[in-house]
Amino acid sequence: MSSSRIDVSIEHRGTPEPLGEKHPNTCPQCESHYRDDELNANLWVCPHCGHHFPMKARARIASLVDEGTFAEEAADVRSEDPLHFFDLRPYGERLAEAELKTGLGEAMVIGNAEIETTPCELAVMDFSFMGGSMGSAVGEKFSRACDSAAERGVTLVAVTASGGARMQEGILSLMQLPKTVCAVEDLKDAGGALITVMAHPTTAGVLASFASLGDVVIAEPNALMSFAGPRVVQQTTREKLPDDFGLSDSNYRLGHLDAVVRRPEIKPYVARLLRLFSKNGD
Amino acid sequence: MATDHELRLRERLSRLRNVNLLGGARVSAELEKLERQLARIAEEATDEDIWQSVELARHEDRPYTLDYVERLLEDWVELHGDRVRADDHAVVAGLGRFDGRTIALVGHQKGRDIKDRIDRNFGSAHPEGYRKAMRLMKLADRHGFPLVTLVDTPGAYPGVAAEQHGQGGTLARSHELMARLEIPTVACIIGEGGSGGASAIALADRVLMQENAIYSVISPEGCAAILWRDAGEAKKAAAAFRPDALHCLELGVVDSIVPEPNGGAHTDADEAARLLGAALHGALDELEAVPSDELKRRRRARFRSLGVFA
Repeated sequence: MSSSRIDVSIEHRGTPEPLGEKHPNTCPQCESHYRDDELNANLWVCPHCGHHFPMKARARIASLVDEGTFAEEAADVRSEDPLHFFDLRPYGERLAEAELKTGLGEAMVIGNAEIETTPCELAVMDFSFMGGSMGSAVGEKFSRACDSAAERGVTLVAVTASGGARMQEGILSLMQLPKTVCAVEDLKDAGGALITVMAHPTTAGVLASFASLGDVVIAEPNALMSFAGPRVVQQTTREKLPDDFGLSDSNYRLGHLDAVVRRPEIKPYVARLLRLFSKNGD
Repeated sequence: MATDHELRLRERLSRLRNVNLLGGARVSAELEKLERQLARIAEEATDEDIWQSVELARHEDRPYTLDYVERLLEDWVELHGDRVRADDHAVVAGLGRFDGRTIALVGHQKGRDIKDRIDRNFGSAHPEGYRKAMRLMKLADRHGFPLVTLVDTPGAYPGVAAEQHGQGGTLARSHELMARLEIPTVACIIGEGGSGGASAIALADRVLMQENAIYSVISPEGCAAILWRDAGEAKKAAAAFRPDALHCLELGVVDSIVPEPNGGAHTDADEAARLLGAALHGALDELEAVPSDELKRRRRARFRSLGVFA
């Protein structure tokens, strides 16, 4: 139970079927198995050992906001395929498959909501949509979330889960790093704040851009947050990696995080920050 | 098939003629040369030639940052150290005089021989290198010196120590700082523009790219290893995501292409430096006329407009 498990599946972001021999509802730490409704009722945290299962964007939003307060924005923004990218399969096909599988138009959902009655803006990533990778559509949605937060004078809460930039969009996916950073800076210049909640995994291009720029940055337990994935580091350097390589606890120890917060405590934690950041107690 | 290909090329060329190739300055003098370059670029759109661009961008005799510094700057003073823990030799940073004005210059640096290459870590910087870069950017901002960055890295270094020292967060803050600068900034991709380690110092008012440089989200080998599960398919990967200068220009990722001597920058470093110098000169002249808050506003608007979505 104490041995932390490094999930290297992000190395295969976007590939058809990742390693997973195990059922997704089987706890990788203690092997307990659950039905969807059991996990859902427990915020997708293993009731036995506390392992944090990946959480889909809709479930995440439901876990954070006051019931019935979430109004989605920019739901119609979709990826295009500017390169007509074709690896083993066409990118367009991967997108369609991801949409069918997740019921989402893209790897990020944005909108406005209230958390413990404080209004805020949300930008929530979903790892199950092509590894939460950031292409033009994700960059645009995040960018609009920044503007929406600035316009309404509320704090932006970003929940990240991403393998990085979406390779299938080539250089334009890399350009989402500067793009999202510029959007955050516009928000900050307008007096707004950004709170980042890093879920497993928050890596590469997302870690190297807006995710790290939160005024407050917190992460879930055992979330991998590294610029390069463990396998890449291992292969490049042939170094033996520490057991807790890149995990949120070690990042906290090293000073890269404000706190590691268990999922059930994230809502009250974020709510407290929202109250602190809100102007004149509105 | 052949006509289809030709049509695409023609379309590209017509678009290319509409963009400002050398940032407005000294274009007339270069026009004939550019026409030739254009003709050559137009011919160079095959997969094979994209790969040639990858090879030229990595050519072991290609001029590196300090080769350009030597040829373009007077009174160069290199500054060292991130003021936290180390001096990363994969990044050089300093002050010099360019066309009579003081500028700050930051660039990735690769090594020439084995010893030098190891010392420069093959141009792959640790967070210390980006912190040194940021130190120079702040200094330039405070004194109103224009900033020139030269990008030439396979990527930020993926090592245990680099991660522990905050590679991801440091790259994010380097992007952030560049988005806040109130000085004219010009970046040029002079070799490999590899991923976040490249864009972290390329969030500039003008982004130039040498004719045979590449700029990409991941190395062709890395992309092939992940998507094709075979690093040997790098050529295929490069053809699929097209890291070449023309493609970056078409997408608006770079503002202009800096011509290289025939055969590539490595064949004539002096001429390559002269051409780069002319492009930098043109870009800086243009930017210096713009008020600083307007520079920042336009810079952010430029990057915020990048992307293709429905």
